Order: sequence, then C-alpha cells, then structure tokens
Amino acid sequence: MVKLKFFAQLRERLGTASINIEYAGQKTVADLKDALLEQGEKWTLLKEQDVLCAVNQTLCGQDARINDGDEIAFFPPVTGG
Amino acid sequence: MISVQSEDFDLCHEYKQLRENTDSDGAIVTFTGLVRDFNTLGSVSAIEIEHYPGMTEKSLMNICSQARKRWHLGDVRIIHRVGVIEASEQIVFVGVTSKHRKNAFEACEFIMDYLKTNAPLWKQESTCSGMKWVKSNQSDEAAIASWYGKNRDDKDSSQSA
Repeated sequence: MVKLKFFAQLRERLGTASINIEYAGQKTVADLKDALLEQGEKWTLLKEQDVLCAVNQTLCGQDARINDGDEIAFFPPVTGG
Repeated sequence: MISVQSEDFDLCHEYKQLRENTDSDGAIVTFTGLVRDFNTLGSVSAIEIEHYPGMTEKSLMNICSQARKRWHLGDVRIIHRVGVIEASEQIVFVGVTSKHRKNAFEACEFIMDYLKTNAPLWKQESTCSGMKWVKSNQSDEAAIASWYGKNRDDKDSSQSA
C-alpha cells in the first residue's frame, strides 16, 4: 500500500486530498503516475509540468525510487512566506 | 527552533528570546512578513495558507540547517502561520543571531528566499471575486537560484541530502 496526498489547487482539481493504493511493484514516481493514469483520465493532471512531488516528505524528481509503505505527495509550486 | 502555527506571534517576545539565547553574539536580524491588502487583481481582505503537516516542519528545519552550513550563526528562529490570516496581520517571522551583522543579514535573507521556493505552503487570497490561489513568483525562483549560482535541480538535490 502507498499513501498518496494532494495539496492546494491540485487537491481541488482532483477532488481528493488523500488516497491509498495497492503497491504493485512500481519502481519510480513516474511508474506510479502511469499506473494511476490507467485508472482514470483525471490523473493526467499529475503529468502537468509544474506539478512537484515529495516521497516521504522530501522533494524529489520523477525518477525517485518508491517502495511499499511510502507516502507520496503531489502539489503545485509553493507560495508561502 | 521552528514553529508552524495558526496563532499570531509576539515580535517583542521573539526578540527577547533571541537575546536570551545569544552567546556573545553581536547581531540580531529579524524579518516579519505581513499580509498585503492588495495584489495585481485588486484588494485582498484575507489569505488562507494550506500546509503539508510534517513536511512543512521538516522543510523549515532543513532551511535552518542549510543556513547554518553557510554562515556561523547563533540562534535561528522561524515561525510560519497557517490557516486564515486577515490583511495587515503577521504571516512569517525569521530571526537570526550571529557574531557580526553581515552573517545575520545574509542568513535571514537566505532563509526567506529558501522558504518562499521550498517550504510546502500554499496561499489563497480572498478577493472581491472569491478565493484565488496565488501563483508562484519567478523572481522568488531567481532569488534562491542566485544564492546557489546554479539551477534548481542542484538545489533540490542538496535538500534531499
């Protein structure tokens, strides 16, 4: 099982803040996105260029390794401060 | 020390704490960010800040340690508010102490630049046409890139290290 979290505009556009999905051996964040895309058209939003990703609360790229039990978050560019 | 909180903070209290924690430091630099009551689209009555509980704190701690690697610092204090904040209220506080002012000035600015582009916080503005998400600012990206003198990918890999 991996836990997916979504924030800000991306959370609103997807209509969900968090989901758990079965871990099916995906190696990277990019693999995970491909797997999600097979489950529905709305997940194409994750492929938009400015979407950032964090694995276990550390910012990382699309080729970052993922494992069973990870927490993976997707969000737009940050605007704090 | 870092805090992510909905409550407002007391500048005098934070300054006093920094003074008490300084160990023969000769400089304290503080920055306080306020909610502007306008933006490019008109007036703003309040903002709402969303965060990623856990990662936001982790990110602010990482910012402190990045600053400590670059400058010899005494105490470092970061407070970032979340939730609904009215116009003209305080949003963010950064306080840095150091032996000499140059380090403290630079570290304070670096922390703000880093926070603006790396801490998982997202701002919505309450305008006359409803809540609007704030777009990320290219000049913020340029500001943090200038500290590194290289591109964003290099900076990100330093964060995950």
